[in-house]
Amino acid sequence: MIDLEYLKMSPMQKLWYNVKAFFTRLPAAFGKFFKAIPKKLKKLWLAFTGIFITIGAAARHGDWKTRTSFGVMGFGLIARKQYLRGILYLLFEVLFILYMIFFGWKFLAKMGSLGVGEYTEVWSDELGAYVYEYPDNSLLILLFSLLTIFIMMGFVYAWYQNVKGSYLSQQFVEARIALPTTKDDIRSYANENYHKTLLSIPMLGLVVFTILPIVFMVFIAFTNYDKAHMPPKELFTWNGVDNFVTLLGGGISANSKVFAYTFGEVLVWTLVWAILATFTNYVLGMVVAILINKKGVKCKKLWRTILVMTIAIPQFVSLMFMSQLLADQGLINNLLLKWGWIDSPIPFLTDGTIAKVTIVVVNMWIGIPYSMLICTGILMNIPEDLYESARIDGAGPVKAYMKITLPYMLHVTTPYLITQFIGNLNNFNVIFLLTGGNPGSLDMQYAGKTDLLITWLYKLTVSESQYGIASVIGIFTFIIVAVLSLVLYNRSKSVKNEEDFM
Amino acid sequence: MTTKKYKSKKAGERISLAITYVILILISLIWLIPFFMLIILSFRGEQVGMSADYLFPKQWSFDNYIKLFTETKFLRWYGNTMLVSVVVTLIQTVIVLVTSYALSRLRFKLRKPLMNLMLILGMFPGFLSMTAVYFVLKQINLTQNLLGLILVFTASSAMQYYICKGFFDTIPKSLDEAARIDGASRHTVFVKIILPLAKPIIIYTILTAFIAPWGEYMFTSFIMLGDPDKFTVAVGMKSWLDNPTMASEYFTVFCAAAVVVSIPITALFIWLQRYYVEGITGGSVKG
Repeated sequence: MIDLEYLKMSPMQKLWYNVKAFFTRLPAAFGKFFKAIPKKLKKLWLAFTGIFITIGAAARHGDWKTRTSFGVMGFGLIARKQYLRGILYLLFEVLFILYMIFFGWKFLAKMGSLGVGEYTEVWSDELGAYVYEYPDNSLLILLFSLLTIFIMMGFVYAWYQNVKGSYLSQQFVEARIALPTTKDDIRSYANENYHKTLLSIPMLGLVVFTILPIVFMVFIAFTNYDKAHMPPKELFTWNGVDNFVTLLGGGISANSKVFAYTFGEVLVWTLVWAILATFTNYVLGMVVAILINKKGVKCKKLWRTILVMTIAIPQFVSLMFMSQLLADQGLINNLLLKWGWIDSPIPFLTDGTIAKVTIVVVNMWIGIPYSMLICTGILMNIPEDLYESARIDGAGPVKAYMKITLPYMLHVTTPYLITQFIGNLNNFNVIFLLTGGNPGSLDMQYAGKTDLLITWLYKLTVSESQYGIASVIGIFTFIIVAVLSLVLYNRSKSVKNEEDFM
Repeated sequence: MTTKKYKSKKAGERISLAITYVILILISLIWLIPFFMLIILSFRGEQVGMSADYLFPKQWSFDNYIKLFTETKFLRWYGNTMLVSVVVTLIQTVIVLVTSYALSRLRFKLRKPLMNLMLILGMFPGFLSMTAVYFVLKQINLTQNLLGLILVFTASSAMQYYICKGFFDTIPKSLDEAARIDGASRHTVFVKIILPLAKPIIIYTILTAFIAPWGEYMFTSFIMLGDPDKFTVAVGMKSWLDNPTMASEYFTVFCAAAVVVSIPITALFIWLQRYYVEGITGGSVKG
């Protein structure tokens, strides 16, 4: 019934209906999200208690071999002739203890204060000069404390696995089931445990070079790490949520308001930019693809190759070249002046508003070939008879595009669009190499009128050393990107139906 | 009556085709002109800096290219970039393939959480973690070092599993199952069945991995800060344009360098274009 009523509506009514439906569904979507939380928590709680139940059972029913594993990791396994795993556990324990004694503990102990020792001047006879000695370095203390906590968590997990494994092998022996031999263990790493073989190295890289730094950054947001507190000379320390307050405009310092203003400005432009950049490239790329794919157009490959060349030429080359061409004294302005088309140089990159337009246009020039390539492949998959029947029904090319091509493409390429959108939110190269965030603005703190959050961050850290504030901005950026993409991802069917394809 | 209608329809089609060609030619011009400008400027013999108001050189010469290879560090930067690119390509391709296979074909408890985790990690502004990465590298003495750069580029490769996994998902699972019934291990299935079928996505991965270090500026400039001998082409060429006086002296040399950088990559790209398209449409897109 509802479908029928919907079909009877005029386009304006349909639009209104869809907008209304979106907003009426919104609370339910949020409700669903929050309703799911207790369920998730319960699941987590069950998993958590499950760990203690296993440990308890192992402690109560375990024989002496299993119980020794509580202190000497891997003992139970070695005693039951599962040497490979047993020795690995033992080795891990020994290494962990050595690490903690000689390295980890020193840093962890100072995590609360992030170091107190000021630097001292010490006379060195060897050099014949004063040498500075830095007993503490807040940065290293924080970094290695976190590393140590990571390793400790790894140790706790390994310890639990060791207890569980020992107890399991005991149960196997009691039930008179043959224990897997070392050979079986090794073989399992090409089969049921193959994911461990494949993923261990990629995950190690991820932990050390992505997760650890991100956690570090989150912690930095709660410190006063800035130009006046640069370790090792001056130490920084915890300052609670001061940075958050400053950025939101509630800080006591004079530039708190300016920071808040800048943040708002940069954020709005970042969002506008990401939406504009994604959609202009996508829609126009599709139009170009349709033109090339059009029946009767010859040399399809040639047209495509012409555009593909721009993908192949490194982006930074085209961007820097463009920034030189479009400069106030650049070739394009000079040519236009000579031909008498303009009287004064067009401020392509030096006027806030014009620069924003320039950036979007140049980005189109760079991005359209890419989206054209992607669209080409998919366009060929749209069944020709759909268009045929549309034509018989009297639909013109524009209508056919709106009713067939666009919905189909949107449906199929949502994941691509989302990744593009996220990529554009954090698009460093286009802005930095084209305008460098300029033109500058007196109202804004260390930011220019075309700065995105990411380029503002770059300036705040590389040239201004405002690490604390920068980290807070980073966290906000993350929250914005995460919320946006989660909403988009959940609306895209292809993510939900992952298994459909298998 | 019918023939007339037919004819007019044909004429209409012809007009629309003509319009299409005009648009296509216009588009091609818009896209090609800047590159012709780049090439023409690289042959400008006279030193007039940025203020020139003409495009075609008064003196055609190879001076810029000669200067590029004799007076600047360009050759060194080129070598650095090539080395980093090749090594990164090798490592990254292996990591991406392996991760994608595990996430696409193997079922383990942490699979979904892992995929979500990598999705979420991708949303952090990568640059911010740079400070921490920098100090990690400093501790192992790898700052201002190409090895450090390689490590940074490859360490998080796993996060680029998305497109490759999408491609693996489209390979019918029945193939694996048949092989498993015949007693093949998971490893054998991966190496002997999946990989040979994944040629487009392997080439796609190689291509993207190879190109990335050429265009990356943010991380490279941070790690190599202050050591021009270790720059990549992107960082090095940007350093010519950093201030206006240098920019006007080096502008034409920059153009020459841009041409030199672009040629091999463009050739590679046009050669492998087909696989690139197959890879990305097969992987990034699901109905």
